[in-house]
Amino acid sequence: MYAYDEIDRTLVNERVSEFRDQVQRRLSGELTEDEFKMLRLQNGVYLQLHAYMFRVAIPYGTLASNQLRRLAHVARKYDRGYGHFTTRQNIQFNWIKLSDLPDALADLAEVGIHAMQTSGNNMRNVTSDQWAGVAPGEIEDPRIWSELIRQHTTLHPEFSFLPRKFKIAITASDHDRAAIKVHDIGLRLIKNEKNETGFEVLVGGGLGRTPFIGKTIKHFVHGRDLLSYIEAILRVYNQYGRRDNIYKARIKILVHELGIEKFSREVEEEWQHIRNSSLQIDDEVIEDIRSRFIYPAYEKLPHMPDELRQAAADPDFEAWRKNSVAAHKNPGYSIVTISLKPIGAPPGDATAEQMDALADLADTYSFGEIRVGHEQNLALPHVAKRDLPALWKALDKLGLATPNVNLITDIIACPGLDYCSLANARSIPIAQELTRRFANHELANLIGRLHINISGCINACGHHHVGHIGILGVEKNGEEVYQITIGGRADESAALGNLIGPGVKFDEVADVVEDIVEAYLALRERPEELFVDTVKRLGVEPFKERVYATR
Amino acid sequence: MTSPLQQKLKINGSSVVTANRTWDGVVVYRTAAKGWSADLADAAIVRNSDEAKALLAEAVADDVGAIGPYIAPVQVDEAGKILPGNLREQIRRDGVTIDLPV
Repeated sequence: MYAYDEIDRTLVNERVSEFRDQVQRRLSGELTEDEFKMLRLQNGVYLQLHAYMFRVAIPYGTLASNQLRRLAHVARKYDRGYGHFTTRQNIQFNWIKLSDLPDALADLAEVGIHAMQTSGNNMRNVTSDQWAGVAPGEIEDPRIWSELIRQHTTLHPEFSFLPRKFKIAITASDHDRAAIKVHDIGLRLIKNEKNETGFEVLVGGGLGRTPFIGKTIKHFVHGRDLLSYIEAILRVYNQYGRRDNIYKARIKILVHELGIEKFSREVEEEWQHIRNSSLQIDDEVIEDIRSRFIYPAYEKLPHMPDELRQAAADPDFEAWRKNSVAAHKNPGYSIVTISLKPIGAPPGDATAEQMDALADLADTYSFGEIRVGHEQNLALPHVAKRDLPALWKALDKLGLATPNVNLITDIIACPGLDYCSLANARSIPIAQELTRRFANHELANLIGRLHINISGCINACGHHHVGHIGILGVEKNGEEVYQITIGGRADESAALGNLIGPGVKFDEVADVVEDIVEAYLALRERPEELFVDTVKRLGVEPFKERVYATR
Repeated sequence: MTSPLQQKLKINGSSVVTANRTWDGVVVYRTAAKGWSADLADAAIVRNSDEAKALLAEAVADDVGAIGPYIAPVQVDEAGKILPGNLREQIRRDGVTIDLPV
């Protein structure tokens, strides 16, 4: 956990007072909506189909139990008793009243949570690996650097009026759980030959209307130069990024149009002006941030305690353990992923009661800490192996022990037309139907790792481009139509999926996915060959043939 | 960005002006009495571009009452009941098409 200092607390509290005044002036008519819109967006407040939507930041996906309880309180007191975890380590409340928002922000501020950098054309919430600090083999905790960037960019005037929103993600593991290649800037923490910390810097990734995989702009930027290098990139973007066309305003378009070589030359030139300035980071700054991260006092515990050995006789426990429990850097502990994808439920939603109960479980079993992943699941990062059976029983009672992490029913979906004013088609009912079709865990396990991502419009909040199976809802002649892609992935081998053919109607989507899966099961060379690898080996044609042969 | 009042309005059949109420975001419809109602049945119906522009202008002027007004298609059945003209408007009137988690 990161402990905020007095500067952070003052900043967050002042922000609440400021917004309370702005809301009052808006409700009295002193501010017009045109004047107020940017102010509310800078505090995470959107207008959706039915109500305002309030998006709250969970920086680098780390939550303390008291913070999760406070999110539950906001859901219960100001909303309709639930929240929706997003694909960028935020939580959204869908039914909140503008007149209640200052009070909700004030309640959150008491536990160090805010909504800055969750919307608007600024530097957004910096995201990271939800297993940061506990993943085996991780080079070092990337959240130290996430926090450094957060501190530097929060309310920074130069980054508050960018041509468009700007997203950074950081990982420090070989396996990328932070989707860094589809971010405006992706940072991969590495060491140089002197064992000094630095970053491979990628730029120009992104999804949306025009998707691109990020390109490496510099193979090694020393940690002390990280802020100046990022600032150089942002300055080039701020100068050349297009403000005349919202669809061409993201940095990915600029990088594509200039070409990575020219873009990197511009950045290099800018960087030389500022790299030896006050932006150079002293070791003490990093150490000060590091000291504010509180790490658990782990016990020396056995790798295979008796409790775990005995519980292994229960096939339901074993199914959950094999699916949802991952290795921890400390052998006596585990990382437990909590699926927010129960069969037939909206992906990523959690009720206030579930949040409260999870906070209690985090206190009992995970040193009071919870993590949020971009796949819209939660995790308890420090669970002693001896406690796994008890934790499983408790999660099962809450409906949170579905053993489907990374399987076909672990679907990423945006809110879609049920909630979103930008959407053209519904996402959640498609996800619900697919989870029902593949509800049998034996079948899901037979299929193996398969990520379905669903977006209700081209803005791609459901990351459909990088789903192993991607589903994009569009509107055609007043009807919902869904385009299906296959072969995308969001990890270290990130790739964009390829369209398999014409769009299909709402009622046909689940049938089409079943056809694709049946084709895969018939075509794979061996059970270990993942869906996405079969697609890579064979291309889309055999799947296309199967889907459209009878349609 | 072009103001809604300057946009070319192409009206195909009956339409209403809808928006979200400022203080709580609830879906509202412009009424003939120059107010807002959360009930589609109270909405003023317009049937051509001139009527639509006039109703929209009046709605835009009430910036404190509601935000983001726009013209939305509706159908009026034989009994005079006003129905949403597309899925988006149906969802705005009736709520989400899924069961809420609570």
